[in-house]
Formats: sequence, structure tokens, C-alpha cells
Amino acid sequence: MKKLWKGNEAIAEAAVAAGCRYFFGYPITPQNEIPEYLSWRLPEVGGAFIQAESEVSAINMVYGAAGAGARCMTSSSSPGISLKQEGMSYIAGAELPCVIVNIMRSGPGLGGIQPAQGDYFQATKGGGHGDYHPIVYAPSSIQEFVDITYSAFDVADKYRTPVMIIGDGMLGQMMEPAEIPPMRDLSTLPDKNDWAACGHSDGVPRIINSLRIEPEENEAFNIRLFKKYEEITKNETKCDDYMLDDAEIVFVAYGSVARICKAAVVELRAQGIKAGLIRPITLYPYPTNNIAEAAKKDCVKKFITVELSMGQMVEDVRLSVNGLKPVEFYGRSGGSVMMPGDLVKYVKEGK
Amino acid sequence: MLEAAHGRAPAVASAIRRVVNPENMIFTYQGDGDLASIGMAETVHACMRGENITIIFINNGIYGMTGGQMAPTTMPGEKATTCVYGRDPKVNGNPVRMAEMLATLTGPAYIERVSVYDVPHVNKAKAAIKKAFQMQMEKKGLSFIEVVANCPTNYHMTALESMKFVKEKACEFYPLGVFKDITKEEK
Repeated sequence: MKKLWKGNEAIAEAAVAAGCRYFFGYPITPQNEIPEYLSWRLPEVGGAFIQAESEVSAINMVYGAAGAGARCMTSSSSPGISLKQEGMSYIAGAELPCVIVNIMRSGPGLGGIQPAQGDYFQATKGGGHGDYHPIVYAPSSIQEFVDITYSAFDVADKYRTPVMIIGDGMLGQMMEPAEIPPMRDLSTLPDKNDWAACGHSDGVPRIINSLRIEPEENEAFNIRLFKKYEEITKNETKCDDYMLDDAEIVFVAYGSVARICKAAVVELRAQGIKAGLIRPITLYPYPTNNIAEAAKKDCVKKFITVELSMGQMVEDVRLSVNGLKPVEFYGRSGGSVMMPGDLVKYVKEGK
Repeated sequence: MLEAAHGRAPAVASAIRRVVNPENMIFTYQGDGDLASIGMAETVHACMRGENITIIFINNGIYGMTGGQMAPTTMPGEKATTCVYGRDPKVNGNPVRMAEMLATLTGPAYIERVSVYDVPHVNKAKAAIKKAFQMQMEKKGLSFIEVVANCPTNYHMTALESMKFVKEKACEFYPLGVFKDITKEEK
């Protein structure tokens, strides 16, 4: 049954439904409803919540719980996610499954608390030190937040990798009807007994670590990790499109901005301009092929990447288009948000 | 075994405590730079929460693995590669006595400082660690054992000289003893 859910609370309840029983977090706007909700909800279902002393501590608690085999999660907003990057690198290096939610705000520095997408590079290119990527999802509605959060834990477990879900203050704070999937039967969760360090009496130590001091060993690990990313790219890349079939002007946007672009597409078509939208749902792996295929179409004249940043995803769009068609950029930042009319004007007047 | 990031072991252990069987024993093993510098917040807050874990804190007053830099427990006048003329509190700040500081908190159940410079003290250290684990098994809360130890390599001493230094200098600055024991308070 559909209910009216606030974005952040929907994410929290979807995580509970997915079998997540442990949450570790630290207050920061605009994601506070996630820890607030889980602080009372997790004990109800036999789980645990810790308000950590810092984001650094929270992500290391995730490391501990994930290493002990639990489904666990943390959430934060941009400056707090920066603090979690060291821990995320360790989690990637120790191949631990977990979910990290970033309800982005503007930056750099303390920035502001209004919506922004300035953490694209940090999320998709690694963020922490070393060679790794989390899987990054960018839902654009509350229902999609729910569905992706629900499946994210399975994806994390399947590949033993950190999964990030990124939204922004707009999506986290707004309310929409959404249906939470049924509570997952915990006995159906993947068996982690062969690797999780949760106390065994069989005499076989389970070791969770990322120290690989011999170059050969470390390189072999990195190569194996990237083979895994190839597999993830093959199986998990997700992308949506809207009015793309005969589109001449193709917007590329994710998250909340994709919704603004949809409204612009409708308005442009009403004015006789064939516009369309490609909406990456996974930002890593990036739907390069979807964009490359569109670039090959004769009807497509150009791409316009629209972001709440000074231009980050546009680099991946350019790599995907690979010079076949022009790629333009339209962005707002610092917490300012474009209106559909701004995009219509840009398409028609070039500014 | 989980290898924690530098300083984060008490946070990692706090999470594991909530996941595993309550009968499972959990301990962290940390040095002075780890526990009292980069991980000070994690240490203090795990103690504040009174986690049912044991923290074994090896205090040798120096960063050993990275090559002898000044630690948060390097004593005034003691030389290190980042205070080559000896630690000057006016320049380098003061060292911290962790056992005493943590004993002011309500959370911890048992805090003792021991050393290992001779056999009788090794035996005392062993007894303290045993008691710490015993208290964890009895779910009494956080136990913290500080071990005043040596680092001959970075002290530029022989092993025996370093033991003598620990006995005469370090254990004078870091007095041995029990700083908190709720089982005694109960009586």
C-alpha cells in the first residue's frame, strides 16, 4: 500500500525492510531524519543504532559491523561524507558490503544546506585513497529511493562492495507516495559464515584486512578488484530515458535534476522542439553505452548535461559521446536550482 | 580478526559488540599514537558508552612502526625524530596520562596501568589482563589495561637498557596501579 513518505524516512524504512539491522551516524543537515528514524526503529526490530562521536567513527563502526557479517548502513551529507572517505577506502580494500547514503548539500567547505550535486567526482571516482569505486546509485523519486535502498544491500552482499546512494536535500526532504516492500525474512539473507569475523569455534580464522605490503600481492588484489568492477559494470549498470526515440536535443541528468529536465522536455516538445532525456541511475558504473548509442543516432544534434554543480558528470558524458556530437553543460551550484523554464530558454536562446 | 584503520579500533569493536554473540570476547590492541592521538575521540567515546570490550593499550611513548616520531605519551625531555632536542612542553605540548584521564569517566568498569620490564611485572600484567577479560565475560563493561612498554629500536638502546628506562623513567611518569575498579566500589 502506498503511503506518503518523506524521502529520508523512506530510505530508512526501506533499509529496515531490506534486513539492515545496524546503523551508525552523526548529525548533519539535510539527512537527519535517517538517523532520527532508525534510532527508534532499529531497536524495535532487534537491531542497534549508535549515534557515533563523528562521521569518522560512524564509518568505522560500519566497517566493524560489516566485517562481522551484518547488514549495516550509514548516512551523511557532503562534508560528513568527506570525513567518511578514509573508512570507505578501507571498506573497499577489505571487500566489505555496506550501504552509504549521501544526501548532498552545497560546497566546498561548510557550504550550505540547499540541494547540490557537487559530490559526483567524490562518489564515482573513489573519493578515498587508492584504486577503488563504490557502486553509486542516484534515484530521482521517493519510490525509486525505496526500491534502490531495498536492493542495494543485496547488490553490496553479492559483490562484497560498498554501495552509495546519493540524493540531495530536495529529495531527502520532500514527500511523495511510495510503497515499502515487505520485510525481508532474515533467514533468506546471504550466508557470510565463510568470511565474516563474527566469532567462530572451528579453528579457522576469518581475517578482515587491507594491508598488502608486498607490491605483487597488492597489485594482484587491485587487478582482481577491477575484474569485479567489470562484472558489476556488465550486470548492474542502470539507465532510464524519456522521449529519446526521435530526440534532437538530449539532456543528460540524474537525481532531482532529471525531473526538472523532464518538465523541460515536455515544454520544449509543446513548442515544437524535439527534446529528450537520458537519466543515469547508476553513476558508477556509468551508463556509457546508453549515451554512446544515442550519440550515434542521426537525429541527435547535441547533448546538454544538466547538473547542480559547476560541471562534473559532464566529463563522463563527453567520454561517452567521444566527440561524435557536441556536449554542452548547464549548471547551477551553491544550492541554487534551475527551473524547467531556464532550460527551455537555454535550448532556444543558447543561454 | 579485523584490522582497524589507525585509531578506529574502539569504534570497530563497538559495532562488532552489537552484531556478535554477547558471549564472544572482543578486545582491541592499540599503541599510543593510535589510541591517544588519532583515535582519542574513539577511545574516550567507547569508554563513555561503557562498551563491554577490553582495550589493551601499549604505551611505549614513541611511534615505533613509522620510525620514532613523538607520541602523545612521549615524556618531557624525551627525544624523538620530530622533537630532536627532547620534548619541550612549551613547543610540543604536554603528554597525556590516559588511565588517569579515562578513570574520571562513568563508563569504564576497570582501568589499570601495568608494565612488563621484569618477570614480576609481567606476571602482574598477565593478572590484570586476565581480570579485564573476566570482567568482560561477566558483562561488567569496559576494561582498559595500559601497558608501559619499551621500544629499544627507537630509544636507540639495548633491550636491557630500554627495560631500565621503562622502570626508572617511564613508570615514574606513568605510575602503575588500578585507577578504577567497579568491583571494588561495589563492596
